[in-house]
Amino acid sequence: MKLELRKITKKFGDFTANDQIDLVVESGTVHALLGENGAGKSTLMNVLFGLYDADGGEILLDDETRVFAGPGDAMAAGIGMVHQHFMLVPVFTVAENVMLGHEQVRGPAKLLDLEAAREKVREISDRFGFHVDPDAMVEDLSVGAQQRVEIIKALSRDARVLILDEPTAVLTPQETDELLEIVGQLRDSGTAVVLITHKLREVKAIADTITVIRRGKVVGTAEPTASQEELASLMVGRDVSMTVDKDDATPGEPMLRVENLTVIDEDTRIKLLDGVSFEVRGGEILAVAGVQGNGQTELAEAILGVVDAVEGSVTLDGTELMGRSIRDNLDAGIGFVPEDRTEDGVVASFTVANNLILDLYDREPYSKRGAIDPGVVSRNAEEQVEKFDVRTTSTEALTGSLSGGNQQKVVLARELARDLKLLIASQPTRGLDVGSIEFVHKRIIEERDKGVAVVIVSSELDEVYALADRIAVMYHGRIVDIVSPDTDRDTMGLMMAGAHGDEEEAA
Amino acid sequence: MSGEEKGGAAEERTPNEPEAASPADPETAPEPPRADAPGDPGADSGSRSRTVLREILESSTLVVIMAIVASLAIGGLLIVFADEDVREAATYFFSRPADTFQAMGDALGGAYSAMFSGAVLNFNANDFSGVIKPFTQTLTQATPLIFAGLGLGIGFRAGLFNIGAQGQLLIGATLGAYVGFAWHLPWGIHLLVAIVGCALGGAIWGFIPGFLKARTGAHEVIVTIMLNYIALNLVAWLLTLDAFQREGSDNPITPIVDETAQYPLLLGSDFNLHWGFVLALACAAGVWWLMERSTLGFEFRAVGANPHAARTAGMNVTKAYILVMVIAGALAGLAGSAPVLGTEKVLTTATAGSLGFDAITVALLGRSRPLGTVMAAILFGGLRASGPTLQVQAGLPVDIVFVIQALIVLFIAAPPLVRSIFRLPAPAHEKEVAA
Repeated sequence: MKLELRKITKKFGDFTANDQIDLVVESGTVHALLGENGAGKSTLMNVLFGLYDADGGEILLDDETRVFAGPGDAMAAGIGMVHQHFMLVPVFTVAENVMLGHEQVRGPAKLLDLEAAREKVREISDRFGFHVDPDAMVEDLSVGAQQRVEIIKALSRDARVLILDEPTAVLTPQETDELLEIVGQLRDSGTAVVLITHKLREVKAIADTITVIRRGKVVGTAEPTASQEELASLMVGRDVSMTVDKDDATPGEPMLRVENLTVIDEDTRIKLLDGVSFEVRGGEILAVAGVQGNGQTELAEAILGVVDAVEGSVTLDGTELMGRSIRDNLDAGIGFVPEDRTEDGVVASFTVANNLILDLYDREPYSKRGAIDPGVVSRNAEEQVEKFDVRTTSTEALTGSLSGGNQQKVVLARELARDLKLLIASQPTRGLDVGSIEFVHKRIIEERDKGVAVVIVSSELDEVYALADRIAVMYHGRIVDIVSPDTDRDTMGLMMAGAHGDEEEAA
Repeated sequence: MSGEEKGGAAEERTPNEPEAASPADPETAPEPPRADAPGDPGADSGSRSRTVLREILESSTLVVIMAIVASLAIGGLLIVFADEDVREAATYFFSRPADTFQAMGDALGGAYSAMFSGAVLNFNANDFSGVIKPFTQTLTQATPLIFAGLGLGIGFRAGLFNIGAQGQLLIGATLGAYVGFAWHLPWGIHLLVAIVGCALGGAIWGFIPGFLKARTGAHEVIVTIMLNYIALNLVAWLLTLDAFQREGSDNPITPIVDETAQYPLLLGSDFNLHWGFVLALACAAGVWWLMERSTLGFEFRAVGANPHAARTAGMNVTKAYILVMVIAGALAGLAGSAPVLGTEKVLTTATAGSLGFDAITVALLGRSRPLGTVMAAILFGGLRASGPTLQVQAGLPVDIVFVIQALIVLFIAAPPLVRSIFRLPAPAHEKEVAA
């Protein structure tokens, strides 16, 4: 089936999210839609899927104009979509999830025909080698397996055009490879696949055609043979360096010492962090790698003192941090960039200026004797917005109206405003576009070069390699090994799955 | 509960976020049409005034005002159908429909003019003080609502749904009244001590749920509701004691508080308006400073808007909860001073009336901001003040006033309903959600 979008335009008020976008997807091909966050990729696909009404343009299937009033219409026409965040019911089985929305019934009592759904799951699963058990509970499945359930769901409705929205954002490197293999199989079986992503490596690996979108417009098409630099500069609109320039670390004295740190889940009594010990010296970056949910979050939070049930010892420059308040630990010289910036990093309904003093508000010169000085606060905001290139209409704009990258810059600007001994940054560039990633990385390395001990938690291997002076790999709450950044990706992948690396340990 | 919500909410939000944020996102937003401006200035200023207009229309202030308008309109319908003459004329509606409409007009006009002359200005009065007396009554009625509404507003902004103003008010009134009639202190000091007594009583009653929430996670809604009952029955029991009763009487009513402990009248003996109203305005200014200018208010707002981020930034969330409840309780306690030191000068079990609950509406109507709360309190004070006139002059049941109050709450709670009635544009973020 051939899908064609002609001059699709979608406006939100005065803002044009999609401006006359043309796109042709042939069956049996993988078409990558490449663009930064907020470029309009998801809007375009939501128009196609019937979630938004287009303000102009038309959708053609096999040269026939179609109008979709909602996802139901789009699905009936053979378009399937796997959303970035899965639309599955966690307490249902795979088969129940797959039939959800178009349940088949049998007999006079109109009982659910679960057997037919099971059979469908088995058939599709076998055809593509998915290894998905139709009776498994979705909440028990790994993220990669859940994604395969989503794909089965789409295929069970005879989707001939499959849209994958940022499918690899949540996957481990191994799962990513598996997914790309599946995409290849789908293509070979005649399905038209639209892959929405901002990750260049994947695009180059699998795409047949690449369309780059920037600020709601198609800015060009590219061949998969194009270099990453070429694709990135098309995406961002200027030259981008894909590697972070950094000199070799000149580590000083040990700054952070973590000994036998253990975090126990209060409900399940499971050890989320199990006797972790390591040392970070001033002027070096330790990157903590691992598939999400293996204790990295707890590690970062335990050092700051956010989680309660903690055993072990954390010393910063000789001072014991355990058992002290978060405030005391921040005062001791910790800068903390939380993993979930909308949840823990910023107050969305506060102005940019107020978020820039969220942990400075009761210090001079921002306030004196309990009274905040609005003049100082707004001057500080102007300076920081300028220095960190935060793109906002005004320092009085609500932080929630900023893009993710700009919110992250606000957090970073705030945390780096104090004199630090230790910077902890969890997923510092998650959801950020290429331009912002470059900026954030540069600032982190500047801190390192000032002699600050830096701990980066990241599930992006690219990021780990770009920043790390040493890499700690975590699995099931333990550090599998601490290795040098020369370790190759395959070995790293194995270690992230729990296998010990054979690499020589870095000092 | 918050743990589960945390994950769920974050996941729900994220997929829309980049796109939802983009209309306001200057990084991706198109450049302003600077090139067009010299050639066609009209188009530019036109679109700008449209933007300004949309901002006004989207503001929730307009929604609040429209909610009041809609409630008065529906209240009008009720007035029409509650009117004897209208019902009588309606029996021969098909032979002489004009009579029915005439009666409807009379009923409406009568009711709303009665409300106006009961709450704002009475032009039938003989002298100037008679003309403005209704408005001073309105301000008098508004006084306790301002105090309590301010306290509740602080709680709402700090993320605490405090239903306990009623109990806090009652305990504050009890302590203040006791100081007022049982102690005999010099002029000036006596009033001061009695006012502090009111605030202290409310603060203690606010501290309990704040402390329980901070230490044990007990939900403030349940605890404050229960404390309302405890307060009411505690006061009922106290009023059976000799110490709280008048000499030689068994009635559950305290002696009149000493004159030295009463709020002086503000406009002379012709009016009931007392200095408590001025104190309430001063508190409104104080609360504005607290919330907008002080570090403490900054903490309260941060904790209310995002407790996780506040905690990560080193704020002591539990301490903030306790402090907020203490301050809210103190203000509710001061609301108790308006009847016991101002208008009634005695304590009975009926002292609190429905003040503590009306104050919730006032705070919501005023969007938890001090100025809004003062204005909402004056509106509600007006509705309360107009009750007797409505009954006497227009012959309508006083319950109409409560129906209108209830309708206002209903409409405030459903902004999309108000917007669709008046065809106001939805704010951009709600459009996104709807899509």
